[in-house]
Amino acid sequence: MANLKEVRERIRSVKSTQQITKAMKMVAAAKLRKAQQAIVSMRPYSQKLNGMLSNILSNLEGDASTSFGEEREVKSAVLVVVTSNRGLCGAFNANIIKSVIAQIDEKYADVRKAGKLDLLFIGKKGYDFFRKRYTDCHIIDDYVNLFSDLSFDNVSKVAKKLMSDFEKGKYDAIDVAYGQFKNAAVQFNIVEQFLPVAKLDTEDKSDSKLKADYIFEPSKERLLNELVPSILQMQFQKFVLDTNASEHGARMTAMDKATENAEELLKELKINYNKARQEAITNEISEIVGGAAALEG
Amino acid sequence: MNVTVLTPGREVYAGSIKSIKVPGINGQFEVLKNHAPIVSALRNGEIRILDEKGTKKVFSIEKGFIEVLNNEVSVLVQGVQDA
Repeated sequence: MANLKEVRERIRSVKSTQQITKAMKMVAAAKLRKAQQAIVSMRPYSQKLNGMLSNILSNLEGDASTSFGEEREVKSAVLVVVTSNRGLCGAFNANIIKSVIAQIDEKYADVRKAGKLDLLFIGKKGYDFFRKRYTDCHIIDDYVNLFSDLSFDNVSKVAKKLMSDFEKGKYDAIDVAYGQFKNAAVQFNIVEQFLPVAKLDTEDKSDSKLKADYIFEPSKERLLNELVPSILQMQFQKFVLDTNASEHGARMTAMDKATENAEELLKELKINYNKARQEAITNEISEIVGGAAALEG
Repeated sequence: MNVTVLTPGREVYAGSIKSIKVPGINGQFEVLKNHAPIVSALRNGEIRILDEKGTKKVFSIEKGFIEVLNNEVSVLVQGVQDA
């Protein structure tokens, strides 16, 4: 039977750990609210922008191609890995990393063999994982600390750089792996194609109220060329903001579980403690009784 | 006529106005009531809003877009500064 002092020590240490996990949960909840707010406040802008796009597309006859939609044979590619900076958020980062590895093996095995696969990291966790293991890929670490400033200007710098690299032909394909945010308990790890942009659907003319007789200035084609980069930048911003919110959501859930587990552990330890205490008392009594009996005898 | 001015992060201005002057990519133009539907790209410059009470409001913007439809004006810009 464990002795009293040992059990008492353990109870104390579990209790203090529980306090830490509880505090971390609270902090994550507060940060999550802020991160969600950032996503929500971007929504009106993105909806309007997408509305404008479908608007132009439905009025456009013929091909809706821009320089960002050009499909080339994939000889060189870059994978953008968006992970969190810190751990203690369950399997969140591990899941993203797993999907990146799967994507590389599935889609870019040949590109990697040719030494033309670049990895661009946003967030430390992914960087730490791949830096040592994927030495045959070119590692771009300029943006690892992007999370310290999530303003649109700052994030769109990365998007602009990627877009110009794509236009210049440095990369033929750009994928982004990130944690898509659904709610605090559910996140999806997703690898999405950033460039070339998926074919713009000119057939979708269902929304008839958009079919006003618009004046387009400059021409529709040039307007499209202006609009698409803005939409891409916004999309990229969404990747980063989503990952940020997902991270805090994942941490909140993980810390909640940890607090619960600590509670359970405490219950068990308390039972052990009481057992040990009772045993000590019983021993003492039987000793006293034994001693008394010896004196009488 | 109603206008909303949006950036990716926030709503900069919303309200009913008399007129708005914007730096279109082919030159500055002004939108008054019952303007024909238009979609235009904007370049860096100033937008001037004259609201219902006749107060002027000026923002300097980084490039963006304007859409006018049925007296609803939406201005989407990448960055904005009070000027």
